Amino acid sequence: MEDLLKVENLRAGIDGKEILRGINLTVRPGEVHAIMGPNGSGKSTLSGVLAGDPRFTVLGGSATLAGVDLLGLSPEDRSHEGLFLSFQYPVEIPGVTMVNFMRAAINAKRKYLGLEPMSAADFLKTMRQKRAVVELDNKLASRSVNEGFSGGEKKRNEIFQMAMLEPRVAILDETDSGLDIDALRIVAGGVNKLKTDQNATIVITHYQRLLDYIKPDFVHILYKGRIVHTGGPELALELEEKGYDWIKQEVDNEQI
Amino acid sequence: MNENQHKPEDDSRIIERATSGEYKYGFTSDIDTDIIPAGLNEDVVRRISELKGEPQWLLDFRLEAFRYWLTLEPPTWAHLDIPPIDFQAISYYAAPKKKEGPKSLDEVDPQLLDTFNRLGIPLEEQKALSGMAVDAVLDSVSVRTTHRERLAELGIVFCSFSEAVLEYPDLVRKYLGKVVNYRDNFYAALNSAVFSDGSFVYIPKGVRCPMELSTYFRINSAGTGQFERTLIVADDEAYVSYLEGCTAPMRDENQLHAAIVEIIVEERAEVKYSTVQNWYAGDAEGRGGVYNFVTKRGLCRGDYSKLSWTQVETGSAITWKYPSCILAGEGSVGEFYSVAVTNNRQQADTGTKMIHIGSNTTSTIVSKGISAGHSQNSYRGLVKVAPKAEGVRNYTQCDSLLLSGTCGAHTFPVIDVANSSAVVEHEATTSKISEDQIFYCNQRGIPTEEAIALIVNGYAKEVMNKLPMEFAVEAQKLLAITLEGSVG
Repeated sequence: MEDLLKVENLRAGIDGKEILRGINLTVRPGEVHAIMGPNGSGKSTLSGVLAGDPRFTVLGGSATLAGVDLLGLSPEDRSHEGLFLSFQYPVEIPGVTMVNFMRAAINAKRKYLGLEPMSAADFLKTMRQKRAVVELDNKLASRSVNEGFSGGEKKRNEIFQMAMLEPRVAILDETDSGLDIDALRIVAGGVNKLKTDQNATIVITHYQRLLDYIKPDFVHILYKGRIVHTGGPELALELEEKGYDWIKQEVDNEQI
Repeated sequence: MNENQHKPEDDSRIIERATSGEYKYGFTSDIDTDIIPAGLNEDVVRRISELKGEPQWLLDFRLEAFRYWLTLEPPTWAHLDIPPIDFQAISYYAAPKKKEGPKSLDEVDPQLLDTFNRLGIPLEEQKALSGMAVDAVLDSVSVRTTHRERLAELGIVFCSFSEAVLEYPDLVRKYLGKVVNYRDNFYAALNSAVFSDGSFVYIPKGVRCPMELSTYFRINSAGTGQFERTLIVADDEAYVSYLEGCTAPMRDENQLHAAIVEIIVEERAEVKYSTVQNWYAGDAEGRGGVYNFVTKRGLCRGDYSKLSWTQVETGSAITWKYPSCILAGEGSVGEFYSVAVTNNRQQADTGTKMIHIGSNTTSTIVSKGISAGHSQNSYRGLVKVAPKAEGVRNYTQCDSLLLSGTCGAHTFPVIDVANSSAVVEHEATTSKISEDQIFYCNQRGIPTEEAIALIVNGYAKEVMNKLPMEFAVEAQKLLAITLEGSVG
């Protein structure tokens, strides 16, 4: 089976400081990967670098999406190629309604693919269908992007946008942070509904909790900018029980 | 290091590029014009009046204004850097040559019609489709007023100022200069002396004007000034919505535009005045462009009358303009909604004055300034409450959005309250488009230039929503054009 996302020896940093020190990761269609790790291990840097956040500088290595070199593309073209990032802290854009925002996004992608803009009627219909995935009501369309949204609504809104854009690879960065149990269930339910054997999901999280709802095929542990452990779902349970200290010790001892 | 790596562009460069839109209306039309040679003296004033076949009282009005103007110096109090203007180097009158006064659209110079078409104002179409009555002023002369017959049935007068002087001299004489006296300021005096044409609107008692009235102004000839004069009178319980659009071709030299708009609103009458101003702004280095020095003021004379100004200002090298309301009638209402965009080397000093004289008068001011490039954008406002005005309410919201590190946004609000029952609120914000917002849009597939247009339009929405539909669409495009780069 063809690799959907292939990251090889990826190194990246911010303000001259190296944070990712050689990441290797292969994601195939239909898979769910969880990336876990203690604070400061580089989880959010990894998602930012893959999405093209200009704050980060790539220092080496490669990343491809379905064979396309991601690192050579602008952030918007990475999006058009099918990469989606659910933000840990979704950004508020006052005055820009969700309907205008999503229309601009959808039509930019269609333009990239050489398609005509979507008609208003089709667009609104699609929006109606997709917001149901995360149980957002019809007020969503006229609300400004993330402005005045509760923490839970912001995360649901991220998954709604994912539903609209139908990415090949979605990276969910700490999507569970700040969610109560009901919101967590809705968000996770949304992600599961969007899962097909053509796409893949990378779940970045601190806690096992989210993985009760979104079942990973692989769990990776990121520490000091490297993936130091890869296992099945049981690895997450082990972490929940034992914390990260044993991992840290193991890695730090090796380094001595 | 990966050779193909996408190099994150310096944020300021992206915005710089995204805000360097080309002026789309910079064509000149090759139309025969009658021009009075450059220079200004009493003879020129007399010649203008003569060319227009004006009555003696109007010539006297002009001469009085001119003599007063001679005693004045240009104002320097605005937050503007205005190069010295040689008033003798300007031609004060340019009219498209008439063959035989056109009586129907077929007789209008096809080149002229083409000019308006390129401005996106197909007269013919507007006449047929939109139900909008249009008066178009090219350089100094009003070219054509559509829909006059239909309006006449309702007793509505909508014609060029020159025609009004000849056909409705009593009305014009009664109201001319009553709201903006020629002694008001330097440019008001100049305009009163040399005004060439403009529009005149009279809505009789109890009549609701069934369509938007619209005037398009365009400066075409080189080295000419445009000094139009608009007078709108809404009699008791009348209603009218009036739209004004402005464009000018690209020219190396600066062109002077000094207009006066006077509005009188009688008892329970309402006037909505909307402007989309897109005079040529000069090039990126600040060469050329229109100096837009305009005095706009309305008098809410009648009780419970209402005047609402909406303006979208994207053009001009320098804008100096404060559409104001004198709220004299009891319970009268004044509104001012403004979006002012400056880019490159543009300068704008704009705002409003709300003069509360009557009791229970209310006013609302919403000003949205957007500055990019090396531009300077100032809001200047006055809220004044007279001693005898009881129960006055004012709400002012004054927001600035900065798109570069080299532009300036300034606010000069003055609140002068002489009656303790007044409630006056002032809110102000300054914000920038953040890198986080741009990246969020990028991640969703929206390119930076489009993202900026989206965010700016969102920011200005509250004001844009006040514009009539056709204008709102045009204004939205204009915002995008002003701020978007030439996307490949």
